Amino acid sequence: MAIRKGRGFACINYPIGMNLGGDPSQALVHSTPDGKFKVTLSSIDLGQGIKSVGRQIAAETLGIPIEDVYVDTADSDTGPHDMGSFASRGTHRMGNAIIRAASEARAQLLESAAEELEVDARDLTTDGKGNIHVRGAPSRSITVEETAQAAQFKQGRTLAGRGIFLGPLSDVDADTGEMTPVSCFAHAAIVIDLQVDDETGEVEVTQINSAYEVGRALNPKLVEQQLVGGAWMGVSHALYETTEPYYPDRSHRPLDYNTYLMPGPGQIAPHHISILERPAPDAPFGGKGPGEMAANPVIPAIANAIYNAVGVRCDSLPITPEKILRGIRANGGAVSREER
Amino acid sequence: MMKKTPVTFTLNGRPTAAFADPGENLLDFLRRGVGDMTPKYGCGQGTCGACTVLIDNEPHLACITLAESAADREIRTADCLSDGPSLDPLQNSFIEHFAAQCGYCTPGMLMAARALLERNPNPRREEVIDAIAGNICRCTGYEPIVDAILDASRSYRRSAI
Repeated sequence: MAIRKGRGFACINYPIGMNLGGDPSQALVHSTPDGKFKVTLSSIDLGQGIKSVGRQIAAETLGIPIEDVYVDTADSDTGPHDMGSFASRGTHRMGNAIIRAASEARAQLLESAAEELEVDARDLTTDGKGNIHVRGAPSRSITVEETAQAAQFKQGRTLAGRGIFLGPLSDVDADTGEMTPVSCFAHAAIVIDLQVDDETGEVEVTQINSAYEVGRALNPKLVEQQLVGGAWMGVSHALYETTEPYYPDRSHRPLDYNTYLMPGPGQIAPHHISILERPAPDAPFGGKGPGEMAANPVIPAIANAIYNAVGVRCDSLPITPEKILRGIRANGGAVSREER
Repeated sequence: MMKKTPVTFTLNGRPTAAFADPGENLLDFLRRGVGDMTPKYGCGQGTCGACTVLIDNEPHLACITLAESAADREIRTADCLSDGPSLDPLQNSFIEHFAAQCGYCTPGMLMAARALLERNPNPRREEVIDAIAGNICRCTGYEPIVDAILDASRSYRRSAI
């Protein structure tokens, strides 16, 4: 009886968003009288960071400081329609909608500033610090706040924009069924090191090494956070989570989240991540979505590592100690790669 | 109708009094009776740690503690950590390490960590893991939380709490 080490590899091409009905998201942007801008979305931030990333995208597009942008995701009754927060779609779908809405609002902002400065709006630019000025002549300027006040109380204009992302419909080839259901893919590769106790069937993940290609990492720390947390969920799917009992029968099944097993803080393995940035042409500032794909490749990599360690090929989840021990028995003993 | 019990105690350094319902747990008592919403209801069975509060410097699960047992004791919740905009080193460290995603476990994590650092300002990684072993997080994978607590322990040692 021994602790046997194994290493497994898996990679993933992950389609961003879903394919049905063009997967639309909408955004509305409007200014307050003091020159701040509010982005209204109906997608929910569960901690994945769409509020932060949406704010960055809006500020960059409007050309104003990020402190002057508020993102409101409070209520799908008062916000515009959105398919929701899932399928790693937030950054890509909502981000694209925000760019369109913020671009429209920016055009109106420059129109209002042009009227105040008595110049052509096409000659104006923003400095990202709250000022609008004539290109090449920074002294001919007006603040965003003064512009918003003039628009509201003098010109009778709104500084607002509407935006929607809707994926183009893809024709299906009548002969082959081939189509292009999704326009943007993220990619990753992952290596799992683990050890299996061939007496108890217990698995301990000892190290995770991964490389993720996520377009541009719009907020690198949030990307890392998603990948670390997601990999932990992948370990959980692979080794722990089930509504079935491990032993001996169904009456021992988990009844609530207390008895539904997931790894605790004592089961975390060091995770080294390399982020590769290849901005996607149809993504907001090139950013794809590092969401679900953070968990997915962990599972086959663990299954492969277990096969590598003890020669047991499990094809159902989770890979429990019981399944591993039954596999070892069926094979007439544990067989590591070196012994095969 | 059964009688309510008056309970006087110290909450985050302030003398506090409120009426507890018969059999009421400390979590409901703090949230309903006193209005301190920082301890969270997670499982109601003492296994998730979201309701962790300090009673006389020891971490306790408020959802399975009788409200009456707070009488004449010193209770601390996550509310004690910040003073207006000025945050505790633990809170700053949680921000720095992105140790919260949905944030629901965070108040309990902070109190479990606070109890650890008051008792042991120089914990090893295993001791941090042990201190939060009763606190469930479903978002972060724990690694950022453990890193944040270890990092905060350095600030705590510098400022000698």
